[in-house]
Amino acid sequence: MILAAAADQPTLADFGTDVWWIVLIKVVGVFALLVLLTLFAIVFERKVVARMQQRIGPNRVGPRGYLQSLADGLKLAFKEDIMPALADKPVYFLAPVLATVPAFLAFSVIPLGPVVSIFGQQTPLQLTDAPIGVLVVLACSAMGIYGIVLGGWASGSTYPLLGSLRSAAQMISYEIAMGLSIVAVFLYAGSMSTSEIVAAQADGNPVSFFGLEFTGPGWFAVLLPVSFVIYVIAVVGETNRAPFDLPEAESELVGGFHTEYSSLKFALFFLAEYINMVTVSALAATLFLGGWRAPWPISVWDGANSGWWPLLWFFLKVVAALFVFIWLRGTLPRLRYDQFMRFGWKVLVPTALVWILAVATMRTVAREADLSTGQVALFVGVPIALLVIAVLLVASRASNRATRLAAREAAAGSNHPTEPEVLPPPGPRRGPGGPSRAEGGFPIPPMDLAVPPSPRLRRRDAVAPEGAVVGTGRRSTTTIEEDVDD
Amino acid sequence: MNPDVVIGTGEAVVFWVLGPIALAGALGMVLSRNAVHSALWLVNTMLALGVFYVVQEAPFLGAVQIIVYTGAIMILFLFVLMLVGRDSSDSVVETLRGQRVAAIVLGLGFAGLVGAGIARATQGIPVAGLAAVQGAETSNIEAIAEVLFTRYLLAFEVTSALLITAAVGAMVLAHIEREPGTRPTQKELSRARFLTDRPQTLPGPGVFARGNSVAAPALLPDGRLAEDSFATGIEPQEVEQMPRPTGRAELGTPDAALGTLDPAPSDVPGGRDR
Repeated sequence: MILAAAADQPTLADFGTDVWWIVLIKVVGVFALLVLLTLFAIVFERKVVARMQQRIGPNRVGPRGYLQSLADGLKLAFKEDIMPALADKPVYFLAPVLATVPAFLAFSVIPLGPVVSIFGQQTPLQLTDAPIGVLVVLACSAMGIYGIVLGGWASGSTYPLLGSLRSAAQMISYEIAMGLSIVAVFLYAGSMSTSEIVAAQADGNPVSFFGLEFTGPGWFAVLLPVSFVIYVIAVVGETNRAPFDLPEAESELVGGFHTEYSSLKFALFFLAEYINMVTVSALAATLFLGGWRAPWPISVWDGANSGWWPLLWFFLKVVAALFVFIWLRGTLPRLRYDQFMRFGWKVLVPTALVWILAVATMRTVAREADLSTGQVALFVGVPIALLVIAVLLVASRASNRATRLAAREAAAGSNHPTEPEVLPPPGPRRGPGGPSRAEGGFPIPPMDLAVPPSPRLRRRDAVAPEGAVVGTGRRSTTTIEEDVDD
Repeated sequence: MNPDVVIGTGEAVVFWVLGPIALAGALGMVLSRNAVHSALWLVNTMLALGVFYVVQEAPFLGAVQIIVYTGAIMILFLFVLMLVGRDSSDSVVETLRGQRVAAIVLGLGFAGLVGAGIARATQGIPVAGLAAVQGAETSNIEAIAEVLFTRYLLAFEVTSALLITAAVGAMVLAHIEREPGTRPTQKELSRARFLTDRPQTLPGPGVFARGNSVAAPALLPDGRLAEDSFATGIEPQEVEQMPRPTGRAELGTPDAALGTLDPAPSDVPGGRDR
């Protein structure tokens, strides 16, 4: 696959030979980069979401409000650190650390650019790489689950526990889909090292279409669109972002796994979430969007893929991916938990498996028939894709047929329930007389509940003595004084 | 021992640092009373093992150890343990007399037996080194893939069939067969609701009311009780309302009540005297 990669394309042999101070610079650089990107991502998210909701967003701290997240971070650091009485102390302390450390670690294998010169030393713009580069990211995200799960468990409280149970199931499920979506990339790149995957996307695929010669894009997002889509969906679930933010669903679980956390510990969870977002965005850019290599119109310029310029292309891609995350959050409502799990296991995983099968088959056929990648994509992939899209369109139209007919009838003025027995009969269900049956199989409370009279409730028979009923905070002082006087 | 195979300094350092950590994890797993703490100690040991694999030039094995064992299997363990509850530590009361001593003695004996057996069996085996076995050119990942998909293909497939069978069996046991159509789907319910007079949800108890009790019904804007919000099976109770001042002109300034026993500005729900 790796054809005429440029001289400054790092290979695996280039890693592990750096001087110690270069390594130090890279480590500190990656750390600072991630923290800065987190600060940026938070402000960026708030600004973009505000724009989508016709608001202004943060605009007070710093120029145009861009220092807002810095101020928030400092504020968090100075807040009181609360340890719940029921917390399991060592685990409660360990959980945020366990969430943050793998998040930082995962970024170490992301290639940021080609071989550059730092103070006279030739070194690739990447902390490290290994033959199993991408697996390092997967391992780190697997370890990151522990932080969330243990944080929820150690809080000794109900909502965090529910959140952590959800996150355990969710992240494992979506990690499977994520891992499967990457397999096709491994097949095409012939390697699991991130730098070699970038190198494999360096050259376009020459295609001759009935005598018309052109070079198709080398990005795996184009060659393996199904993988790309599955990856994008799976990482949204993997990073607990809306619409898959069930572990911290505000309207259901208060704050989910981090309900009981405050101060720096909460800040660490927050940091980990945003770093994970940045990491999966960077991984998406690396695996599917050509890594640090310049996109097409820019790549015509010869110097685009050398020196420090690739850093710019890379971060543009990362910010674009972050924007998609934010866009999803601003657009989609949260899924119900069972819908979410059904989608992961019954749609994403089988689709990924079938796709791997198809890709592997086509690779074998192409090798036997001596076809190039571009030819396979053009003459087999495009027709099959069109066929699948057509079938999906027909199927969705067929499954929505009843709704369409009902809508047409309703538009024509008809207003009769199509299935009258579907809804429970209106009336006695909500009345004070009490309902008569369990509806829809859902549990109903015991029907002979009697609420004890509360002092704040109006007594129907007795008139409250003057001033005895506390209305506002101000008058409560008066009441207490009165009681003392009595 | 083959003099060609030398253990590097870095490898030795890693071994002597991580070896005790792995051992401590194993001991902690046995000795801690809380089940979740046990699981965490085991995670510690597995992570150390994963690093050992990587150090011994088997990076794929190390990554898989961390992803599969630490990341998936132990999380499932934790998932179950967390449901047991946080305070259910082991009881220290022995139900079988002397079992602890017996377990320690037998465990030590077993460890000694296995250790001695392995030591005897591996004594004098010439060390070839990884490069000699898999060839200096091929990487470890390719070597594993080749062995897995040629020589051990049958074992590999049989193992996966076993796992699939186990998963399907568990699903069959846990699955509840429900007749299709016995329960209306969300789509059907939603469509039917939109064809009635009231497509929106019913107001919950306590909306616009002061109490958050389920018995406190919602209020309509004019102050009446919203009948739709009466809770199931509970007598609705009217809650004492906040005074609703409509303006300073009608009510006087609330500061005037400060320091007096006069319950100003208004005691009457709805603000002014009716």
